[in-house]
Amino acid sequence: MAGFTLSRRGALAAGTGMLAGLRPGRAPAQGAPIKVGELNSYARMAAFSVPYRNAIQLAVDRINQAGGVMGGRPLEFVFRDDGSTPGDAVRVAEDLLTREGCAFLAGTFLSNVGLAVSDLANQRKKLFLATEPLTDALTMAQGNRYTWRLRPSTYMQTRMVVEAARGKTAKRWAIVAPNYEYGQSAAANFKRLIGQSIPGAEIVAEQYPALGRVDAGATVGALAQARPDGIFNVLFGADLTAFVREGNTRGLFERRLVLSLLTGEPEYMIPLGDECPDGWIVTGYPWEQVQDARHKAFVDAYRARFNDTPRKGSVLGYVTAEVVASMLNKANSTETEAMVDALADLPTQTIVGNVTMRALDHQGTMGTWVGETELRGRTGTMRNARYADGADFMFPEDEVRAARPRS
Amino acid sequence: MDFGFLVVQSLSGLASASSLFVIASGLTLVFGVTRIVNFAHGSFYMLGAYMTVTVVPWLLDFDRSPLLFFVGVLVSALVVGALGVVMEVLLLRRLYKVPELFQLLATFGVVLMVQDAVLWIWGPVEIPGPRAPGLRHGVEILGQRFPAYELFLICVGPAVLGLLWLLMHKTRFGILIRAATRDREMVGALGVNQALLFTGTLFLGAFLAGLGGALQIPRVSANSQMDLSIITEAFVVTVIGGMGSVPGAFLAAVLIGQLNAFGVLIFPKITLVLVFLLMAVVLVVKPWGLLGRPEAAAGRAALPEGILATPRFGMWEKVILGVVLAATLAVPLFGDAYTVKVATEVLIFALAAFSLNFLVGNGGIVSFGHAAYFGLGAYAAGLLVTRGGFAMEPALIAAPIAGAAFAALFGFFVVRLTGIYLAMLTLAFAQIAYAVCFQWVEVTGGDNGVVGVWPSGWARSREVFHYLVAACCILGIAALRHVIYAPFGATLRAARDSEQRADAIGVNVRMHRWLAFTLAGAAAGLAGGLYAFSKGSIDPTLLAIPMSIDFLAMLLLGGMQTVMGAVAGAAAFHTIKDFFMPLTDHWRFFLGASIIALVLIFPRGLSGAYGALRRRA
Repeated sequence: MAGFTLSRRGALAAGTGMLAGLRPGRAPAQGAPIKVGELNSYARMAAFSVPYRNAIQLAVDRINQAGGVMGGRPLEFVFRDDGSTPGDAVRVAEDLLTREGCAFLAGTFLSNVGLAVSDLANQRKKLFLATEPLTDALTMAQGNRYTWRLRPSTYMQTRMVVEAARGKTAKRWAIVAPNYEYGQSAAANFKRLIGQSIPGAEIVAEQYPALGRVDAGATVGALAQARPDGIFNVLFGADLTAFVREGNTRGLFERRLVLSLLTGEPEYMIPLGDECPDGWIVTGYPWEQVQDARHKAFVDAYRARFNDTPRKGSVLGYVTAEVVASMLNKANSTETEAMVDALADLPTQTIVGNVTMRALDHQGTMGTWVGETELRGRTGTMRNARYADGADFMFPEDEVRAARPRS
Repeated sequence: MDFGFLVVQSLSGLASASSLFVIASGLTLVFGVTRIVNFAHGSFYMLGAYMTVTVVPWLLDFDRSPLLFFVGVLVSALVVGALGVVMEVLLLRRLYKVPELFQLLATFGVVLMVQDAVLWIWGPVEIPGPRAPGLRHGVEILGQRFPAYELFLICVGPAVLGLLWLLMHKTRFGILIRAATRDREMVGALGVNQALLFTGTLFLGAFLAGLGGALQIPRVSANSQMDLSIITEAFVVTVIGGMGSVPGAFLAAVLIGQLNAFGVLIFPKITLVLVFLLMAVVLVVKPWGLLGRPEAAAGRAALPEGILATPRFGMWEKVILGVVLAATLAVPLFGDAYTVKVATEVLIFALAAFSLNFLVGNGGIVSFGHAAYFGLGAYAAGLLVTRGGFAMEPALIAAPIAGAAFAALFGFFVVRLTGIYLAMLTLAFAQIAYAVCFQWVEVTGGDNGVVGVWPSGWARSREVFHYLVAACCILGIAALRHVIYAPFGATLRAARDSEQRADAIGVNVRMHRWLAFTLAGAAAGLAGGLYAFSKGSIDPTLLAIPMSIDFLAMLLLGGMQTVMGAVAGAAAFHTIKDFFMPLTDHWRFFLGASIIALVLIFPRGLSGAYGALRRRA
């Protein structure tokens, strides 16, 4: 598919054709739609979730134009705000399952919301495809038969940046992470893994500012005081901007290796603007550098339709719809057990390559990009970025067996 | 630790303190004069920040001079001040004659609307502002680099303090502000134009909040969550300093700034709870804050706010009660599965809101932290089931016991205070409980919470569980209502209306209040336990401030002057939320707008309006 210069409509048709594994030009889907109940933090986490929803709509339209799922039925996502609290989310999930008649649930952003919906799914014996929540618990200690997760977990992303630091010499490490589950478990994973990449590494300082309320001056001061060689950062969003500004002014990052989770994602890169630091090893999404033809087609279609550049959430949304379609086609039923069985080790060719839903821990092998931050013009981007396939960074199988409850 | 580091860390603390003071001074002035607990103060702060990231880059396009930067900051703050005037004239002015708490509800509606308005106007992505020209660099201090802009910020705090002092002592407006802070009724009696004074104060308060937000821009990016993250901290500063006291706010801000700067060195996770620990300690030791004074009107027999009359059910009320009860019991027969779910939740919230009105309306004990007992009940039930391996039945017995136990513990300190200080101490205890649930990961599961809290087999279907909840909640409400009508309830009302007179006739006011607090905690704990089983999980949001505010909103919507108002309020609030949430991403805007509309149309709550209707009929 080199030299992909078709018109937008042509790109659409070609893309959909590949997507559903069908030849282009097939009749649009007909009949009663198959409804997927999608709940996410559209109000509170709109920077992530709106591009995510956009991409799902893009993918669903393509799928339906190419003939839908399960031999010709249209696919439909019902989007709802989850209220960003477990209490609201569980009520919304019940609404989607009972009143809206959705076949299964997908989505959620915050980890506590994801876990609560996962447990509801287990209780009601309905499928839940968690897309965004990162907590390891979702597929490990609190995993259940009905819950599957697409996005690389905290453990996987931490392992990606830690392995990218292999061969570096920084021995003394400082950790800064938001004080909630994601930050705490990223820090715990880092402590566990860093020794494998850099033998003899030690942790000399840890800072856990409250989420959304980082006192950047005090935090930067405390980190600098420990004189670390390297810093592992888990802050994101507004906290990250404040931390980077303060750190830049005070010279915290000079001659220090920084590993940072998620920082390379456009969601967090764009707000950093020209404060983007240089040479941090990060996970992210350099959308303009991805060379794969299908991915480029996705980027072009997204930009054409929404007049905006894709975010990491967009990639996740698109892959979500692709995996859902692939599952429905395999199950050929909206019966929960059939869908759950279909997901087991289901491979899907997506815009990020093959994604398999590993049956062992219900974790998808979707990966992410790892590279170094770089300021180009007035915005940050990534250099030396490569796609790290999630399949190489999964939890070891024996750990999964030990952690997951027997069912 | 070397000396240079300590100095620089202390300077970091001072810079934070300075920003915090600018914001808190506005809050304390507004409270001092108008007695309004202005939740929207954080929204003004956020608007100041957004205004600045819009105005300043535009100005800097003309010339990158420090002068234009600060002109932009001042312009933004003035615009926000004007918005404060708009809020006063359009909303608050209509509410000065209704119970003070009602204005709190109105400002809470403003918070919700501003949050979504900001998302509408500026989009969800946070916007980094420009750095201040000429102050971008770091300054070498004792071998450590320190941002020049923060040195500037350190100077801003004392400068604002000085200017406010001049304003308060050298201008007529300032003198009136001080007078109104001491004794508002007296100022009104002396013929001062109160409307103008209030408008001016709101302008000043909003201006200071906007200035605080504008000055933050070179440090943090404007984002749509900065309002709620600052408002609690600003409240804490004003309370520790003493409500209405500007120098007190300054002292408290410096104290908090230094504690934060050095606290993170010793306990890196302390920031979540440190300020609330400090507030709890200060309030227990100094009930009026560091530099606050007892309210002049405290000893006066004020017009009582809350339940005034306790009429027996008349014919109409009996009919309504019968219809509501029948509807509650008939929901599983006629409604679909989701309606049952919503009805179950309304019942639970009704019990929680009723227990809060037992304190607020009947006892005059305004609790800003009622969710603590709700959440602790939920945690007790949830942990017994998941960690202890107990069944639902003993867990549901444990829930009210846990709620009561913690209410008794916290209440012991709470009932020593009155008014806004009491309310803030309940908030502090709720935040401490929240922090423990959040941080004690091994037991409580941290912020992920614990899942798997499901009812016993027999009660697992939505319908049976609905009847279980209905039985518990209706019995709970009936029992509390009985207490309100009993001599104990009447004694509480007497203590609420005049503590001194109640004391004089031999009522042990503190003991009565303590028992009432404990009882309300038990009821909230029961509601929390039921809620945990209806959701299948527990997590710290159950104890968080938004939950407490929801309860207050339910109670106020329903009307705190009538016995049964809270029940109507719970139903109304939950229905409105459930109606707008699926419709739009901007449901918070409509929730806020509905609250404001209800506040304006029914300034005494839904049941107050019903009462007026009955009297007329």
